[in-house]
Amino acid sequence: MKDGARHWLWERATALALIPLTIWFLASIIAHSSSGYGEFVAWLTNPLSMVLMVLLLAALFYHIALGFQVVVDDYVHSARKPLVLMAVRLGCLALAAVGCIAVVYTAFD
Amino acid sequence: MQSRANGKQRPNSPNIQIYRPQLTSVLSIANRASGIVLSLGAVGLVFWLVAAANGPEAYTYTQLLLASSPGQIGLLLFVFAFFFHLCGGLRHLAWDAGLGFDLAAIYRSGWAVVAASALLTALSWLVSLVMRS
Repeated sequence: MKDGARHWLWERATALALIPLTIWFLASIIAHSSSGYGEFVAWLTNPLSMVLMVLLLAALFYHIALGFQVVVDDYVHSARKPLVLMAVRLGCLALAAVGCIAVVYTAFD
Repeated sequence: MQSRANGKQRPNSPNIQIYRPQLTSVLSIANRASGIVLSLGAVGLVFWLVAAANGPEAYTYTQLLLASSPGQIGLLLFVFAFFFHLCGGLRHLAWDAGLGFDLAAIYRSGWAVVAASALLTALSWLVSLVMRS
């Protein structure tokens, strides 16, 4: 598959995945509006929440990397463009990894 | 903005500032803007998860930050950007499926995105207030 087609397809695949995942997340934190730390951790560390949160982080930061790539393509016209793109991708990867590790750490703390 | 084609300073096309803003163009750039706002929110989400991993004190501190006036304004902005990007994204997915391409449908769906994102933001804020009281 060509790079452009892969970008187009994954942008949409992650968008579709993010519809239920983000709605689940928003509904969950609204439901926990009055919860303290204990209740919050109990919710976050039940197996289903952990799986959904890791999936949310993966789909979210992949979608962000793909979206920022288009912004960079449109507005960065210098020799630094490959560096900017690499920084965007590494930043997204790092943030997704830190988020996942935080979830797992909370569960086993 | 100027680009260097053939070594000369040439204007880029189109010069968007000479066009009258229309619903279509405004929603298009707003979809990108809301995506950028939401990516900042995603950084906040990771910050919040790290705070939770650090224990009750760090978590309570971030909850206090979110409950402060700037925190609440930021959250409201994120929730609106979320629903706007979600509804706008659904509109894009419909277009990808070949649906809703005539001009009347494009304007109908455009205003529907504006109305739905405002309504869903107000509704979720209201539910959250009820849950807290």
